[in-house]
Amino acid sequence: MALNYDEIIAKYDPVLGLEVHVELNTESKMFCSCATTFGAEPNTQTCPVCLALPGALPVVNEKAIESTIKIGLALNCSIAPYSRFARKNYFYPDMPKNFQISQYDEPICFDGYVDVEIDTDEGPKHFRIEVERVHMEEDTGKSLHVGGATGRIHGADYSLLDYNRAGIPLVEIVTKIVPGTGKYAPEVAKAYVAELRDILRGLGVSDVKMEQGSLRCDANVSLMLKDATELGTRSETKNVNSLRSVERAIRGEMLRHAEILETGGKVKQETRHFQEDTGLTRSGRSKEQAEDYRYFPDPDLVPVKPDAAWIETLRAGLPERPSIRRKRLKEQWAVPDKEFAAMVNADVLDIVEATVLLGADATKARTWWLGEISRVANDKGVDIAELAITPAHVAELIKLVASGELTDKLARQVVEGVIAGEGTPSEVVAKRGIKVVSDDGALMAAIEKVCAAQADTAEKVRGGHLPAAGALIGAVMKETAGQADAAKVRELLLKFLGQ
Amino acid sequence: MIFKTATEMADALSKKDISSVELTQAHLDRIAAVDGDVKAFLHVDSEGALAQAAAVDADRASGKAMSPLAGVPLALKDVLAQKGVPTTAGSKILQGWKPPYDSTVVAKLKDAGVVILGKTNMDEFAMGSSTENSGYGPTFNPWDLTRTPGGSSGGSSAAVASFEAPLAIGSDTGGSIRQPAALTGIVGVRPTYGAVSRYGLIAYSSSLDQAGPFGRTVLDTALLHEAIAGHDAHDATSINAAVPAVVAAAKDGNVKGMKIGVIKQLQGEGYQKGVQTRFTESLDLLASLGAEIVEVDCPSFEYALAAYYLIAPSECSSNLARFDAMRYGLRTGDEGGASAEAVMAATRDAGFGREVKRRIILGTYALSSGYYDAYYGSAQKIRTLIIQDYAKAFAVADVLVSPTAPTTAYKIGEKIDDPMAMYLGDVATIPVNLAGICGMSLPAGLAEEDNLPVGFQIMAPAMQDQRLYQAGAALEAALTSKWGGALITKAPALQGRPSALPTMSKGGAK
Repeated sequence: MALNYDEIIAKYDPVLGLEVHVELNTESKMFCSCATTFGAEPNTQTCPVCLALPGALPVVNEKAIESTIKIGLALNCSIAPYSRFARKNYFYPDMPKNFQISQYDEPICFDGYVDVEIDTDEGPKHFRIEVERVHMEEDTGKSLHVGGATGRIHGADYSLLDYNRAGIPLVEIVTKIVPGTGKYAPEVAKAYVAELRDILRGLGVSDVKMEQGSLRCDANVSLMLKDATELGTRSETKNVNSLRSVERAIRGEMLRHAEILETGGKVKQETRHFQEDTGLTRSGRSKEQAEDYRYFPDPDLVPVKPDAAWIETLRAGLPERPSIRRKRLKEQWAVPDKEFAAMVNADVLDIVEATVLLGADATKARTWWLGEISRVANDKGVDIAELAITPAHVAELIKLVASGELTDKLARQVVEGVIAGEGTPSEVVAKRGIKVVSDDGALMAAIEKVCAAQADTAEKVRGGHLPAAGALIGAVMKETAGQADAAKVRELLLKFLGQ
Repeated sequence: MIFKTATEMADALSKKDISSVELTQAHLDRIAAVDGDVKAFLHVDSEGALAQAAAVDADRASGKAMSPLAGVPLALKDVLAQKGVPTTAGSKILQGWKPPYDSTVVAKLKDAGVVILGKTNMDEFAMGSSTENSGYGPTFNPWDLTRTPGGSSGGSSAAVASFEAPLAIGSDTGGSIRQPAALTGIVGVRPTYGAVSRYGLIAYSSSLDQAGPFGRTVLDTALLHEAIAGHDAHDATSINAAVPAVVAAAKDGNVKGMKIGVIKQLQGEGYQKGVQTRFTESLDLLASLGAEIVEVDCPSFEYALAAYYLIAPSECSSNLARFDAMRYGLRTGDEGGASAEAVMAATRDAGFGREVKRRIILGTYALSSGYYDAYYGSAQKIRTLIIQDYAKAFAVADVLVSPTAPTTAYKIGEKIDDPMAMYLGDVATIPVNLAGICGMSLPAGLAEEDNLPVGFQIMAPAMQDQRLYQAGAALEAALTSKWGGALITKAPALQGRPSALPTMSKGGAK
């Protein structure tokens, strides 16, 4: 019998290790001046350097170093006064030099931490994730394997190579092992990646789009028996392309490891690939024959020796920490705990803040983004940011409702129109001919008609049974195609029936 | 005209006594006449050279200010990328590759109006000391066509020594400019590491490689040195400082009061008798010119060769990984659904020669985990010790001297099956590379036992390259007056056998 999750936690301690790769958003590549635009025609953003033509040499992009130091500072790291680039040697067709310029035993930032908070049944819990190192490296090109069943290199008929990504600056953030998260391991992993993403976004050093690969997480997990002194064997899961997947991948691997261990098996140390559709991982490259990367200092590059005063300037310029910002926003907007947690969870803080900064009421902005708009995004299975609706649209919408030009109900129709790409709220209102019926005469006609049709109900209200008015109001609203203000209808109806 | 110095040619050009087209054509004719014997060139770019010469002539006619070497022809070692011109680094793996870009050295030469005649032969990827490791067959020494012109820049040294070109560019990783200069009786300089951009220089060992000039006189060499040196933003190891005043120093040959250090470890046992004799004579001559001769001790030099043969192969094992059949150059085994890995392996097996494979294997081993500290790590420590030895020596001497190579030119085939014997030929040149300093070889006469040229090596601290020229010019002047003319004029006349190489047209090598 396989153990369920709670039984696994009762018997084993999960140990996490997270490696996050971040593509920096510098205008040019790490070691040449090629552009870094995402989605450009294959092999149009290349030059002798990033194609590794004979004789070409790398030169470090200073902006990438600056971004990396900022990241290190934001993650509470020490910044090395002297660090070097090293060559990681292995052959692969999408790596033009057949070595990757990386950092080995001399990373630029080391010994930091990130504090995360997760919402649990027992209230909020805090975890400190220790960061071992932050180092710079270059991205590889992309291979597209054509033919064959798996889309992998084995079995493919041929492969296409795109070197646009080759040489894009990457920062790798590696945690120390993370013990002690217990049953919260999957949530802690997710919260860590989310926190990192928010920090990086705040720094403005990366697009941090997991779905485009500008933020990628390799999730390591192992299980150890509660009384054990040695760590269990870990697996490393790649291809984890969303925050939700981080959580699912960790949980899935915990279950898989437990099943192997419970049936007397041994977990294989290997790289696994996360499958978005099933939530499971499949075996990738086995790490049993550990590859020898023959690291050595890159003789084409000089050591990185950042000036101490420059580091302090960068430190002084760091933006507000996401945790502090959250606290501030929660207070400013006077949001209850539960709702605020929901906002964080739904990842709408930025977008709500942008809406508020455009003059919208905080509560109304929150309600729109967290309610109707989130619901549409969920239904469509897309990120809220991918919808056509913007903070400016929502701010405008809120203004229209406040001025009485729209009812809440009508506003929902407008949202639908904006998301459908019909334009700004005003444009949607104009195009769809949406307007609040506020003409008393028109309303009175509808009220009289409804009261005549439902004379019994009207009589009950006239007799003082006010709850019965709801049905009449509903009918009037229907009669006016929802364009009337319900409060106004109520007021006129009760007056008409002598109440 | 081809037997004159580059300085004299430049003078004639500036006086419009001769056009660059005429001068270039005269050298192309010389190449056509004798390169069948010498085989200095892998590729002669007649069309490109004549077009460049015509452009220089037009500029001069229009009254433009011209660089000192404008219109003077030059031979370029095939290790440097030249846009649109076949560039192979002497390797079959790059056969037919035409770079889409100019190396910085080539860009500077073009800017200076120097006419590039073609690409010269070399040991494959500059690994060797005789050009016998070229994927395209050896080059022959104009002094004795049964012997090697040295290497790896043997094509360049032979081209200058046989009057196919007045100037040439070489590259020096362990002595590959100075040793061939010595073996062919010309001048060759390895500038300070970082003084000449490596951008576009096909890498053998990045921390040791340095391009540099060949000429038949010290002044000619200085003019070329000045044309190619200087900071380059495309090379992170390029030194951002003013180029040492090498031309001024070459014009002011003077050793009065100069302290010249003789390195104890680089003479005596293992050095051919005639080499030692010419070296000692030159020292006496320098002393008679007012130099103070002192002896210096560099005990770590004993380990230089061993350190070099760990560092250079280690770096090359990584540098040469890019030759994988994916983007350029040779591709073999790409049939029947072969995997990328299999194509890489088949191509590298077919495209690399024995010596290159030997060094890749050596370097791969030296860098592998568990051996790194013992090999690569120890070699780096020796490197530090050698730098310290030099620092101590330069504290008591302005320049240091030694014979350039332990022997004169040896027979083609003599050492090709004994890599250790060949490696030993670099014992006196390698310390300069490991320390990143500069060195010159200039002719010191002929060894009496074989009548072949002997090289005299001068070394100076980093970015003090002008000292090489100052001392070299003084010695050259004294020797030339003693011999009654430049040594190179004593070389036996080449009978002249037409080049088997097709002179080049647009389509590349035929």
